[in-house]
Amino acid sequence: MTTLQLKNIVKRYKSQTVLDDLSLSVADGETLVLFGPSGAGKTVLLRMVAGVIEPDEGRILIGGEDMAEVDAEHRGIGMAFQNFALFPHMSAFDNIASPLTATRSSKEVISAGVHKVAKLLKIDHVLTHHPKALSNGQKQRTALARALAGSPPLLLLDDPLRNVDAKLRFEMRLELPRLLAAQGATVVYVTQDYKEAMALGDRIAVMSQGRIRQIGTPEEIYNAPADIEIARLFGDPTINLLDVVPKEGPDGVYVELSNVKIALSGMPRTVVGKTCVIGLRPETIVFADAGSPGAIPVTVEAETPLNEKTVTLVMTVRRREVLVSRPAGMPGPVSGPAHITVDGRTAFLFDKESGALIASVGASATCNGEAA
Amino acid sequence: METTSTFEKIFRGTALTLVVLFFMFPIFWIFLMSFQTNETILRIPPSVVFTPTFENYQALITGKLTSAAGTLDIAFMRNLGNSVFLSVASVAVALVLGVPAAYAFARHKFRGSEDIAFTLLSFRFAPPLLVLLPLTQYFQWLGLSDTYFGLIWVYQLICLPLILWIVRGYFEDISADVEYAYRIAGHSWFATFRKIALPLAGPGSPLPVCLPSSLPGTTLSSRWCLHRPTSSR
Repeated sequence: MTTLQLKNIVKRYKSQTVLDDLSLSVADGETLVLFGPSGAGKTVLLRMVAGVIEPDEGRILIGGEDMAEVDAEHRGIGMAFQNFALFPHMSAFDNIASPLTATRSSKEVISAGVHKVAKLLKIDHVLTHHPKALSNGQKQRTALARALAGSPPLLLLDDPLRNVDAKLRFEMRLELPRLLAAQGATVVYVTQDYKEAMALGDRIAVMSQGRIRQIGTPEEIYNAPADIEIARLFGDPTINLLDVVPKEGPDGVYVELSNVKIALSGMPRTVVGKTCVIGLRPETIVFADAGSPGAIPVTVEAETPLNEKTVTLVMTVRRREVLVSRPAGMPGPVSGPAHITVDGRTAFLFDKESGALIASVGASATCNGEAA
Repeated sequence: METTSTFEKIFRGTALTLVVLFFMFPIFWIFLMSFQTNETILRIPPSVVFTPTFENYQALITGKLTSAAGTLDIAFMRNLGNSVFLSVASVAVALVLGVPAAYAFARHKFRGSEDIAFTLLSFRFAPPLLVLLPLTQYFQWLGLSDTYFGLIWVYQLICLPLILWIVRGYFEDISADVEYAYRIAGHSWFATFRKIALPLAGPGSPLPVCLPSSLPGTTLSSRWCLHRPTSSR
């Protein structure tokens, strides 16, 4: 276990700034997920911590110690690469053993260590195979085993599930938290998959264009995304974003969707008259009967039944598309006219111009990892 | 998996055999000639039936060719020894210098690295005669003329760029991540070079070793060596 601190890291390639004055700290034993689109600088950041890329400016501290003069091999790091980066000319055993051979341990110690971690990752039956003879899943597990073998206090996992199939990814998403907890290491995990981020992270740092846009627990990010972009990245189906101009009534601030008032109680008066974007999670919108209060008339355009949920695309009177998600098995309209109701307490209001969150009305909105 | 019919297999086998026979025949013929005397080689029509003789090999090894016309001294073994030694030594030197250099050019892009690599390659473009005269002069001043050391040095002009550029390609083909992974696992820079980079570039190494080895006796080297017999007499 150890801590990791990044202070004002800057990295430029030619004229392009890849990391822009980035600071971050990871607590002892914490799993921090770096989440963001490709090109956000996640991998560069991870490699910098590992010591294979040098920052142009800023300091990296591991366990409080400045790493500027410390070579990669002395940083006490375990790292798994997105493309596995297995040593093609060595057997799986020798691959996994590589952090142990570096410490000049005895053969027995190495063998015991390799078998222990291989058993944990269920690859003890393929240890004699060379990477070429391993399936993708086995490669990925070998790469993970190699990262874990030396029991490093700091683990860097660079999108290790990127190149494995969906089934295995799901399996590993369930398995990894337990594995990482057993390891007791401080973990930095890079991913582009928001479900993975939600499932694994104690905290998530959302990166884009070399900066950290928001950092917080998975719940905080899901329930109070700092801006429209982050709201869009988290959640499946994607959040509904509709342009609105809040108005003020006797009961406080409200917005109108298809001439139906939706109360945004507790919203500051300052938003009145400003062009805003309202964010509505598809799972917070429900189908309703025509006569029920607050019912908005829509036309059902298409329905996509997924395994655990049904996603319906509907069109409002003003031809705006809205996605509605409901748990599978719950009845709902398949086509033609229908009505939906929106709960103002679960809505987000963003500033149209800056994209920043003005307020999430209902902090009570619940979140689960799958965001079903 | 593609399936091949029996006919296709037979056809392919026959075609391959024919091609190999066609191209290997001259070599086979020369091999046969080496066991024949001048008379049997030159008779018309040629025939593969003859009484084999080891005279030719004997002459090469002992250095004395006895024929109807008289005896002739040939310094074949000494020359062969020289060539072998020079090839091995110059390729060895070129490998020791060239492989680390190739690694550096492949992995570290520093200012002017491309220019340096290209300049080294450009030695291969220069007409050998261009450097022959000045080099001869310099080597005579330095007392390197007609020494193994001097010749091995000159051979670097041929071997080094070749090894550098070929091996560099092999190093560039190795994913840098694989090397990073080994270093992060706790191994030094040198251990990574030895245990990862070299073995992975390894399969390509016979080529750069063989190619320059075959060069003494061509272009620059033959011209450079011209003065050897005269000066050594």
